Amino acid sequence: MTVAPTAANLPPVAADPGPAGNPGRSRFADRFRGGTTSTWFPYLLVLPLALILWGYVVQPMLATFFESVGTDGAENYASFLSGDGVARTSLITSLIISAASVLLCGIVGVAMAFLLKRFSFPGRRLIEAIILVPAALPPLIGAISFQLLYSETGILPRGLQQLFGTAEPVLPFSGIAGVLVVHTFTMYPFFYLAASAALAGMDPSVEEAAYNLGAGRVRVWRTVLLPMLTPALVSASLLVFMTSLASYTAPLLFGVDQTMTMQIYINRTNGDLPMASTYASVLGVVSVLFLLGMRWYEGRRSYRSQSKGVAAHRREITNPFGRWFALIGSVLATVVLLAPVATIALVAFSADGSWTTEVIPSRYTTENFRTIFTEPRAFTPILNSLQMSLIATVGCVAVGVLIAYAVRRLTFVGRGLLDVAVMLAWALPGTVVAINLISAFSTGNAFSFGQVLIGTFWIMPLAYFVRFLPLVFRSSSATLAQIDPSLEEAARNLGASWWRAFGTVTLRLMLPGVLAGALLAFVHGVGEFVASVLIYTSSTAPISVEINNRMYSFEVGTAAAYGMLQVVLIFVVMVVSGRLETGRRSSREAAAWTN
Amino acid sequence: MIDVTLESVSKRFARTGDTAAVDDVDIAIGAGEFFTLLGPSGCGKTTTLRMVAGFYFPTSGRIRFGAEDVTRRPPNKRDTGMVFQNYALFPHMSVAQNVAYGLKIRKVRRDESRRRVAEALEQVHLGGYAERRIDELSGGQQQRVALARALVIRPRTLLLDEPLSNLDAKLREETRVEIRRIQREAGITSIYVTHDQAEAMAMSDRIAVMESGRVQQIGTPQEIYHRPANTFVARFIGRSNVLTLPVVGATADTVTVTLPGGGQTTVPAPTDHGLTVGGTALVSIRPEHIGLGAATEAGALSARVTDLEFTGMATHLTVDLAGEAVMVAAVDVPAGLAVGDQIGLRLPANRMWVVRP
Repeated sequence: MTVAPTAANLPPVAADPGPAGNPGRSRFADRFRGGTTSTWFPYLLVLPLALILWGYVVQPMLATFFESVGTDGAENYASFLSGDGVARTSLITSLIISAASVLLCGIVGVAMAFLLKRFSFPGRRLIEAIILVPAALPPLIGAISFQLLYSETGILPRGLQQLFGTAEPVLPFSGIAGVLVVHTFTMYPFFYLAASAALAGMDPSVEEAAYNLGAGRVRVWRTVLLPMLTPALVSASLLVFMTSLASYTAPLLFGVDQTMTMQIYINRTNGDLPMASTYASVLGVVSVLFLLGMRWYEGRRSYRSQSKGVAAHRREITNPFGRWFALIGSVLATVVLLAPVATIALVAFSADGSWTTEVIPSRYTTENFRTIFTEPRAFTPILNSLQMSLIATVGCVAVGVLIAYAVRRLTFVGRGLLDVAVMLAWALPGTVVAINLISAFSTGNAFSFGQVLIGTFWIMPLAYFVRFLPLVFRSSSATLAQIDPSLEEAARNLGASWWRAFGTVTLRLMLPGVLAGALLAFVHGVGEFVASVLIYTSSTAPISVEINNRMYSFEVGTAAAYGMLQVVLIFVVMVVSGRLETGRRSSREAAAWTN
Repeated sequence: MIDVTLESVSKRFARTGDTAAVDDVDIAIGAGEFFTLLGPSGCGKTTTLRMVAGFYFPTSGRIRFGAEDVTRRPPNKRDTGMVFQNYALFPHMSVAQNVAYGLKIRKVRRDESRRRVAEALEQVHLGGYAERRIDELSGGQQQRVALARALVIRPRTLLLDEPLSNLDAKLREETRVEIRRIQREAGITSIYVTHDQAEAMAMSDRIAVMESGRVQQIGTPQEIYHRPANTFVARFIGRSNVLTLPVVGATADTVTVTLPGGGQTTVPAPTDHGLTVGGTALVSIRPEHIGLGAATEAGALSARVTDLEFTGMATHLTVDLAGEAVMVAAVDVPAGLAVGDQIGLRLPANRMWVVRP
């Protein structure tokens, strides 16, 4: 259902920048037909793309900076340096949470990668199939499910309390510990994917060479495997650190107020936009530094070897004790991985207000689903989300595909800048994107055609566009990398114009990747919460904001029903993009880096 | 003195089911010998080598180093030095660190280790490359680092798994001379795996030809070339004509057959040939051993040229001999010979050999 409109929108995309070339077409039509061969052609294609990125990504960021220094000069920034201010504490708390998240995700992710890629045991395939499930949930639903499971009023602590007959819930997570639980479960895939890719790319004979030279197992790990995994682990660490820094829903739900993202939200809702902008600028700068650090690090060598593809050998666990241990571990892991989704599903069928002190809700009903679909006021958020996300996705495809093409295939001055600008949109936390748009479009400017966008419908799809453009860009670019440029050259050689060659050959071959990216952008749009919560109005509230509001008014069942809707949509999309064979890898990669 | 022994070694993999990757292989390799496992891909030669290295354990059978049974010993306790097909150099270490790796594990003193590393690199002509990164080296240089790394530990056995297959033709020839020189100098027992029969012939003391997991023949390059055990060996090593001819007489080590187009000849045969009058024998003869003459020459068999190919060193002809296609390689051919011409073939009896199917 979601596939058709996105696919139908693809052909116009190819022709979209056409108008840029249209004025005076008759005059230099001949030269224009020279297409990619004329030196100014790339600029004609790139100029509108560059303007879009400038107008909606870079310029708003600068607007935020000016906002932050506009009234009090650098005074806002001074508060980060003073001894005991909220600003300084927030920055330090954010950094500590991020560092701890890196450590926890690293341990869990690398251990999982080694277990699943190097050993064969009962249940391995099942775990491999569901290992990314917790991370695939929309951020708000993910955080809510962990709250329902592990917080003081959560299912597990209460269940254990009942089991052991203690007075207090057992092992409840709250505050920073709760945030870390959410981060660990939703971000360990960064390490898992990086480490398993590195393990898969590693030539097994390198390891064998070490054994052959007399090294024991421990020594091989220490001197060969870990050093060779280092590049993958470093980039995963950077990713997790960035994502943790940008994390907003987990601190919100576990009540950790003094983090950077929470302070942005609190200052914005208190009406102190300059202070919110200050936080946003600091967070934005840190994120950009991490982005640049990552790009610098990626440019260095990684250890992939040119093996003839000896099958990666998994060690069969043979001793009976180990097998039992593995079996119990697998069952436990399966339960833990599926628990968040199961919890949301369970709660979605619970009657609102029926769940107070019981381990799990006591009364069940389908009323919640009936409400959200039939009650007009309750259905509006669903409509809003679908509509806004669809608009944003169309924009993302149009712009993302062309930027991918420009960056991969054309040579022009400033190609690196274009690439960085897209990735900038990815590196900026959702809260920062929202503040940037508020700063830029609370008055009209050229990029909003003189209109004030804040408080209107259009600011929402615009925010989604900025946030999810990199998804489409990345998956298009990954597919494009696998298409031999000589295919397009062959089409040109056979007489096709550049547009025709691009449309009938390159774009056609890119389609699975583009579609996978578009689907991903669409579901992320439907699940978007972090930016929405700062810029929505009562008439444009999306699903996630509605979920949050319902949670506050203790309508947990209805909130979970909305959540289920998002979850189902995500799994449908995952299955569909799994079918788009070439899109599979790229969408999986892309899925791993938004949260 | 026997150094490495494989006694009825078989290997079955769980995923391939019943078919054995290596099937009942018996090999005894002498001390200091350069022994080659030769065969097409999938014949089980690499699996055999990996069992000697300890990366696989045999499903049945024994492997001995000298008198010691090492069948189930882990690879890091075997003291073999292996050169991998893709070299398997540690990408995060320098050349010198790669070569020193095995010495470090053997707790060789720092200064001695340094001396031996320098020596080993000198031996493979990489004296000035100690501090280079692996990805700064060419394929041939990487290959030599791998060789130095395997040799520096003075292993009891050197194992080489198609070490030349990633090099270009010219480098391959140079390197095989180098490997053989170094192996002789060190006097080290070596097992070499290759699918390239020219390489095997040029380098080996003895060769085991393998096919479908079984050893087809073990022998010196000369034996294998001139006295192939069966049609597979005859055709895999160099090029060979295998003619199916009626048997008209047989002794313990000869068989008399009728030639195509008439005449009889007595051909040497293995003592266990088991052929009797009235049966058919498979007789192999190399293309370069067939003589060319005029069609009218006395005692020559008349044949018609169906294909003709000039390769520089020789001319390769395919001729039709009483309905059978026969390959001939001749240094000199009559001027103006063309497809369709009649010529005479001389098949010297002492160059022919009876093979098993």
